[in-house]
Amino acid sequence: MTIEELEQIASETRAKREAGTRELNVCMAAGCLALRSDALKGALDEEVKRSGTSCHVRGVGCMGLCSLGPLVADEPGGVLYRNVTAEHAAELVASPQSEATKKLLCSRDQAFFRRQTNVVLENSGKIDPEKIEEYIAADGYKALVHALGEKSPNEIVQEVSKSGLRGRGGAGYPTGLKWGTVAKSTGVTKYVICNADEGDPGAFMDRSVLESDPHRVLEGMIIAGFAVGASRGYIYVRAEYPLAVKRLGIAIREARKLGFLGSQICNTKFHFDVELRIGGGAFVCGEETALIASIEGRRGMPRPRPPYPAQSGLWDMPTLINNVESFACVPAILRRGGEWFAEIGTKKSKGTKVFALTGKVRNVGLIEVPMGMTLRQIIFEIGGGVPEGHRFKAVQTGGPSGGCIPEQFLDLPVDYESLKEVGSIMGSGGMIVMDDSACMVNVARYFMEFCMSESCGKCIPCRSGTAQMYDLLTRITEGSATPHDLEMLEELCDMVANASLCGLGQSAPNPVISTLRYFHEEYIEHIEQKLCRAGICECGPRLEVAV
Amino acid sequence: MNSAPAVKTLVIDGTDVSATADQTILDAAREHDIAIPTLCHLDGLSEAGACRLCLVEVKGSARLQAACVTRVEEGMEVTTQSPRLEKYRRMILELLFAERNHVCSICVSNNMCGLQDLAKRLGVTQVRFPYRYPRLSVDTSQERFTMDHNRCILCTRCVRVCTEVEGAHTWDMLGRGVNSQLIIDLEQPWGTSNTCTSCGKCVQVCPTGALFEKSKVGMRVPKNPGFLSYLNEMREGQR
Repeated sequence: MTIEELEQIASETRAKREAGTRELNVCMAAGCLALRSDALKGALDEEVKRSGTSCHVRGVGCMGLCSLGPLVADEPGGVLYRNVTAEHAAELVASPQSEATKKLLCSRDQAFFRRQTNVVLENSGKIDPEKIEEYIAADGYKALVHALGEKSPNEIVQEVSKSGLRGRGGAGYPTGLKWGTVAKSTGVTKYVICNADEGDPGAFMDRSVLESDPHRVLEGMIIAGFAVGASRGYIYVRAEYPLAVKRLGIAIREARKLGFLGSQICNTKFHFDVELRIGGGAFVCGEETALIASIEGRRGMPRPRPPYPAQSGLWDMPTLINNVESFACVPAILRRGGEWFAEIGTKKSKGTKVFALTGKVRNVGLIEVPMGMTLRQIIFEIGGGVPEGHRFKAVQTGGPSGGCIPEQFLDLPVDYESLKEVGSIMGSGGMIVMDDSACMVNVARYFMEFCMSESCGKCIPCRSGTAQMYDLLTRITEGSATPHDLEMLEELCDMVANASLCGLGQSAPNPVISTLRYFHEEYIEHIEQKLCRAGICECGPRLEVAV
Repeated sequence: MNSAPAVKTLVIDGTDVSATADQTILDAAREHDIAIPTLCHLDGLSEAGACRLCLVEVKGSARLQAACVTRVEEGMEVTTQSPRLEKYRRMILELLFAERNHVCSICVSNNMCGLQDLAKRLGVTQVRFPYRYPRLSVDTSQERFTMDHNRCILCTRCVRVCTEVEGAHTWDMLGRGVNSQLIIDLEQPWGTSNTCTSCGKCVQVCPTGALFEKSKVGMRVPKNPGFLSYLNEMREGQR
């Protein structure tokens, strides 16, 4: 594949689309599919066939505003329809401007869309994720062909370093530095692994990227393979994401067919192939050393680091592990330059970040914003705020490893350092908004239950400590705890955070620590007054009702 | 080419010590009679780094390091005893005692138990956490040995000795978190295993009364994990 051949595929595909036919783009990603957008697409197809209208019905990826799904975009023109069901098919196909369809209109000129900056999601909802030509028509694989033809591995690492990209899995390790370390490590062979074992409750960023634009991740991986000198890649993806698995499978097959994977990629000596590994169903397998053990066919349990995977990873070979979103940033960085990417965001956190905005917020969905945007802008402008009748209470970021951020920090810019300072973490991008109907002790207990059941059981602090903390939190929510229990809880938080073997245990106390820090009075109320102000916990004295 | 590993000098608890680059902090400390408590570590087996009792403070590192898996480095300053470390170690032992059913007075390993010894040494006088008392099984199906899951601390010494030294890989783990449990082959009674060679290595390396010889109930014969170093030495010698 040469750049000319690539351009030809791109222009042919574009020409076909630009012939003037009307397109109805139906979201076929997880959120809308759950609302039967597949049935809707079938109905639209049928209606087009029946009426003989010149209209092309396409399945595309996620358009972001999941709470108003299924979404349909009417192209050209970009008119967006929301809450569309199969019953609307006839009206939608017949006359776009009828009274009936007007009710379904969803303005693109609202903060939810306007305030976003799409880099990772630039193709989401615009292309058919199961067709490689559409990705190519959207400048896909251009970065790869260009990099292989004109750049040295070292120049690519430099470009990624220049972009300031930091690991999007949550820890924020500089991606360029990691690539450089793996490139310098010596080994008979090297590996590239894409961590798609997204497991935080309320997080669906990676899922959506894989379902909406899988080639983007593949392209990032192939470029990474070339930059670090690897010949083999693995995508470790959750078994709970069957659609992502299916689309990745198609993407890999099509990429092989066009020669982006395999030997002599783009007529160079570089050979690289990617294999899918389906997750074993454990949250801890998202921890890199456990993930490697799982790929090797062993029980997914972490091991102490160092050595880091960059030196000794998969089958003891130097291994580059990056998250889905990190890889998805790479094609754009190489196409538009590291400096362009570094201009977005803040001083230490560059670029954009995809968030899964969920919970008590009007616009639930997937968003991508520049780093440094404040929580208030994200929740109240993009998210539309908390639904009527309730008050904002806290936002939980970073899943079970993160913390709850109270109202006083709403003007905090969202970047790696600021979130850490207030006791939470960036995490992979889950953002759960809570209103006054949430009991913070109960929230802490929920996350502790998650950590307890997902602990692998290897090290004692995490295995036994999370179980004891869960029991203590349960006692508090049931109203049977004493002030001494609270002391024990605090002691356990400190020990588990500092003594655990891997990130799961080290961060497991975070939801407790942050709620203790900002909502201490709620803990005290539960213990001393047997009162749950949200009315969720049954901690009060049980009233015996005589019948 | 010089293949001998480089020699490093470091400070452990204020004492200057030297060690080769392939040694761990634990190796170096023990050579100099500095005691660091361990439970999952056993000379002759691979390291799990799981019990976290050997955590030490290393100057300049924000995180505590497990002495059994951390290699020595030039100029390292290691602290193995501090109020914070001792507190964590005691809590870890408390968590172990509360996790299953450890009743020393009726245990076959009373007074010769790794867990009990450490508790005495580190001054664990009480367990402040509620005992979880799970209902676990006792496997007596094997001809010579018994497995009492109630006394297992999941140190995985048996798993490692069986895999690494005996080469049988009869033992493994099932489940996760606090519900983890040791299993024989594909979770079957020990007596039905056709990979187990009845060598008894697992019994000898077990620090508690979880694994014991049937004939020895009530006879108080201590276990002898020291055979491992001897065995490894002899095997080395034959190469």
